[in-house]
Amino acid sequence: MTELIDFISNNLQMIYIVILMIFVGVEVIGHVPAVLHTPLMSGANAIHGVVIIGAILVMLGADPENKLALSLGFVAVLLGTLNVVGGFVVTDRMLEMFKKKK
Amino acid sequence: MEYTFSLEFIYLIASVTYILGLKMLGHPETARKGNLIAAGGMSIAIFGTIFLYQGEVPQIVYTLIAIAIVIGTITGWVVAKKVDMTKMPELVSLFNGMGGASAALIGLIEFHHNIGDQLSILTIIAGMIIGSVSFSGSMIAWAKLNGSMKKPVRLPKYNIINNLFLIGLLAAATYIVMSGTDSQLYLYLLFFAALLYGILFVLPIGGADMPVVISLLNSFTGLAAAFGGFLYGNMVMLTGGILVGSAGTILTLAMCKAMNRPLANVIFGAFGDSGAAGGDDSEIKGSIKEASPSDVAILMNYSQKIIIVPGYGLAVAQAQHIIHELEQLLISKGIDVKYAIHPVAGRMPGHMNVLLAETNVDYDKLVEMEDINPEFQSTDVVFVVGANDVVNPAAHNNPASPIYGMPILDVENAKHIIVNKRSMKPGYAGIENELFYNQKTSMLFGDAKDALTKLVNELKNM
Repeated sequence: MTELIDFISNNLQMIYIVILMIFVGVEVIGHVPAVLHTPLMSGANAIHGVVIIGAILVMLGADPENKLALSLGFVAVLLGTLNVVGGFVVTDRMLEMFKKKK
Repeated sequence: MEYTFSLEFIYLIASVTYILGLKMLGHPETARKGNLIAAGGMSIAIFGTIFLYQGEVPQIVYTLIAIAIVIGTITGWVVAKKVDMTKMPELVSLFNGMGGASAALIGLIEFHHNIGDQLSILTIIAGMIIGSVSFSGSMIAWAKLNGSMKKPVRLPKYNIINNLFLIGLLAAATYIVMSGTDSQLYLYLLFFAALLYGILFVLPIGGADMPVVISLLNSFTGLAAAFGGFLYGNMVMLTGGILVGSAGTILTLAMCKAMNRPLANVIFGAFGDSGAAGGDDSEIKGSIKEASPSDVAILMNYSQKIIIVPGYGLAVAQAQHIIHELEQLLISKGIDVKYAIHPVAGRMPGHMNVLLAETNVDYDKLVEMEDINPEFQSTDVVFVVGANDVVNPAAHNNPASPIYGMPILDVENAKHIIVNKRSMKPGYAGIENELFYNQKTSMLFGDAKDALTKLVNELKNM
């Protein structure tokens, strides 16, 4: 029990963020027309590419002698970049088509 | 981990751009700008992390990061630009898998740095499992969507097997967290088990449900990123991850609602199971009437109002340009032409709109299901191109059918129905469609592009 209380008091800020962000996510998506579901999914897909920051932090903190960590980190950064760049570019391409109507 | 104030501030701005971006993506006019804003936020967060990092970093590490980012950027950019619009859904799935894999790899590397710190191990293991499931699941979804894996594969009693597997996986994860073990072997075993679970999870789900699965896995990856945020006390990963996790869940539920199927139904699969049973007792009577392109052209030529129902068959045949030509031709003859867009037409909600918008079809001509359904009664010809399940009357009148209860386009209310299909093969749900046997229905067999080209030529000669 004390562990739980410790955990909450140590991470209060993050817990706030998690709870508030859940509500923001729900609100933001709330009343979107079905037409935009695909671009929206694709846009959200690009945003979770933020995981690349974790991969970069792994690399930055890695021991340069540890070849395994470096190679895995390299792959993680590469895949994260694919997720981010591919995700945003594809979303843009989808949306470009919506815009063309005169 | 300590961050400088400037980096924290950049993260704050980036977090705001994600929220703003997602919000703007929800409106057709602002959507594109929203995407760019979120992309801008992402860029500053990435470069801020690299350049404002506190601590000694050897040159080789910077070089490796730079190489990885350059390769990833070029590949991602080229693939995203080159791929056909019809292949959009599988591409989203592919990129989602990449993110999941990235999260899983972070877990693999960080594990042994954090032994002894139970809370960190917990977040690492959780992020790794979710990321792995998201990765392997996305790869299966990708394979299914691009056609390399057509039929849902179902082991006998797959639901029980999958659930037992999941319980085992969670038990093993709990053991690793609680025991404080430093065994790399256990970690890798858990990693492979999570990958296997992702495969088992998606394998039995039918292709028609893939959009829902992708959306679900999308929110999984968001969650995995958020666990990374917890681990590093990194606010931008936390906000971005949780935002996508929560928005993705809502989007998944919205898609399920559009198909009128509870999420549990999608995951534990009712499609096909009951369909096999339902197919037998509802032996469809009647005969198929076939029409030639010139028959259809004559019929259309003397109509006043035509509604086109596009489906995935149109996308597969790349017939979106020729259908636009047909529409223009009919309009020039003074005929009222509209498109009826079912919410799940194509392979993803909105997929059909994207495809048709690509060919410059007027936005106002694309009418959503609720608005178009009352109009079928006053329609002379409904032209169904490569759509099947979304016009299957079994959804209304056959409680045994697996798609019973799904909202459909009421095309049978129109005076004539023309269905273009390659063959009499059932649609994605794998069930017969009595619409094809309707007295008002004529079948125009053939690849959508060929059939439409012939039809357009016939019409031009009239």
